Amino acid sequence: MTDPQNGGPEVAAEGGLVAELQHMTAEERAEHAAEVADVVAPDRDIDVEVGQTLLEVDDVTMRFGGLVALDQISFGIRRGEILGLIGPNGAGKTTCFNAMTGVYRPTSGEVRLEGKALGKTSRHGITQLGIARTFQNIRLFGEMTALENVVVGTDARHKTSLLGALVRSPRHHREEKAAVEKAMALLEFVGIADRAADRAKNLPYGYQRRLEIARALATEPKLLCLDEPAAGFNPAEKEDLMGLIRTIRDDGYTVLLIEHDMKLVMGVTDRIVVLEFGKKIAEGLPADIRENPAVIAAYLGVPDDDVA
Amino acid sequence: MTTTTTPATKAPGKRRVISEWWNNLSRVQQWGVLVPLVVLIYFLPVLNPPIITTQPGYDFPIAMFEVARYALVAIGLNVVVGQAGLLDLGYVGFFAIGAYVMALFTSPDSSLSHLPFLVVLPMAMVVTMIFGVILGTPTLRLRGDYLAIVTLGFGEIVRLLADNVDPLRGNSGFKEVGHPPGANADGSPLFNNSNGIPWYWLCVTLIIAILFLVGNLERSRVGRAWVAIRDDEDAAEIMGVPTFKFKIWAFISGAAIGGLSGALYAGQLGFVNNQKFDVVTSMLFLAAVILGGSGNKVGVILGACVVAYIPLRFQAIAEYKYLIFGVALIVLMIFRPQGLLGARQRLLAYGRQAYQRLLGRGEQISSDGALQTEPTPGSKL
Repeated sequence: MTDPQNGGPEVAAEGGLVAELQHMTAEERAEHAAEVADVVAPDRDIDVEVGQTLLEVDDVTMRFGGLVALDQISFGIRRGEILGLIGPNGAGKTTCFNAMTGVYRPTSGEVRLEGKALGKTSRHGITQLGIARTFQNIRLFGEMTALENVVVGTDARHKTSLLGALVRSPRHHREEKAAVEKAMALLEFVGIADRAADRAKNLPYGYQRRLEIARALATEPKLLCLDEPAAGFNPAEKEDLMGLIRTIRDDGYTVLLIEHDMKLVMGVTDRIVVLEFGKKIAEGLPADIRENPAVIAAYLGVPDDDVA
Repeated sequence: MTTTTTPATKAPGKRRVISEWWNNLSRVQQWGVLVPLVVLIYFLPVLNPPIITTQPGYDFPIAMFEVARYALVAIGLNVVVGQAGLLDLGYVGFFAIGAYVMALFTSPDSSLSHLPFLVVLPMAMVVTMIFGVILGTPTLRLRGDYLAIVTLGFGEIVRLLADNVDPLRGNSGFKEVGHPPGANADGSPLFNNSNGIPWYWLCVTLIIAILFLVGNLERSRVGRAWVAIRDDEDAAEIMGVPTFKFKIWAFISGAAIGGLSGALYAGQLGFVNNQKFDVVTSMLFLAAVILGGSGNKVGVILGACVVAYIPLRFQAIAEYKYLIFGVALIVLMIFRPQGLLGARQRLLAYGRQAYQRLLGRGEQISSDGALQTEPTPGSKL
């Protein structure tokens, strides 16, 4: 089934890179992983120093008719950290996410990326500015292969126009080559390169979750927002995912993580913001959040006689 | 790519084998198959093969031109419906505009200045593209059924304008519409309306050129954006695809091909009036796309061949063609909703090399949609 390609000398032997990896020594594999991480690492200029506030949610209120889904929420995400956004069901986590990524426009207050208000920026504009997200219920492009899905992500940074694509301009070739390189590295980075050629809808659930992360990373985000990436995972898979999220952070990305699973959140985040009924009830280091009485009350409830 | 159509319609298993075989051929080998096939297609009207021929009922070369014209329309409509997933029920409107532009600028019945056919042909495309923008800008904010209804209205508006606007001459129409240059040995024009062969060759040549261009679009940022919009428009938008812009581009591309086809039609027939641009024709175009497999270039050509050829070949049943196609579509929707050939497109200019390098094999081809018989493993959603 493998016929010689006229595609250049770097074409790998039978079985391709994925099969080759299995025959590598641990050392070679680590070296390869480092190369991959290098390709994946963000190479955009960010106006904010590491540790400074990258994205600021400032006094955001989100009202749907009479329902106040978010009530004057303010917090900041610092460049280079993993910030956890937690809260019981219906606390407004996803609404907050949507307000940040332009799906909703805040009723009042504003969201600032690198000090610039997002205001009326369109949804695709916000992605191009540098906020990428995954979805709580997976939303991949089912008819595309895994690789194609990731390349759609890279397209967010591309400029080829209809005319350029029609005549296959030099820019088109350059972008296509770079996109495929990057996408392949991303698939390896999240650990699903062995299914690169499969249609997204035919991938196993865990692969689909990881593919969403790869696709979001492909847009070269300054801030990566993960909406319950571990939903439906068993403990071992969650453990793997925590590792991946840490690797993403160590590679130079800033991550906002919505998660239900307290163990995962405590284990992976640098700081945590807690929402309940649309209000921020706590913010701080995981260890402090664990001890915070308001958070404990929100999650476990309060005995009746303590109320009032 | 016009291969794998003829043998590929048999059993699903067989089709998969064929497409897999095709996919694993190298570029050179693929050309080795394609070139003879294209040559054969070119010479079909000259050969006039016994069983396939439509004679004595209908002139075979002209029938072949009809088929090719339908194929061109189907390729254009496939960009809009198949690739970008925008249901367009008024595609005949673009076709009509192309035909009328050709008539207005070449027919002696028109008061406008007369231009050569080959100048008007690209002009027809440009004018339909402008109409694509005019239709698309307000309507492409709509989705699904709503868009379908508005486009249906657009098709009707174009037809009614042709009926009622005096300079468009309603039913009396335009005679002696222009044709490309060239003459036979005896001095009669090469492109006349009784000899279909030159027209067929022109049309097939244009189809091949358009297939290349559409293929270029498909394997680019543009094609990927279209498929992303088709699969999940909101997710596409959030992944940084400016969906509105790309939908307009899809409309423009589709409109240009529709206009080209309409202009060719006008030239070959030599006569344009307000007939033949009704909703039913639009439906027939759409039927070709759906029947063949929307989102599959080879499929829609196949669909167009079926829709255009059958009524010409079997004149006895031509009267019942809408009935037959209607029943065929219903049956198809029950047993094979993805059409004869399911949607499949390659979306990466360097995909072959990439898959080969990563996995040592080609991509997953079996495209037979969500409703295929074998269960799709793992997808819990």
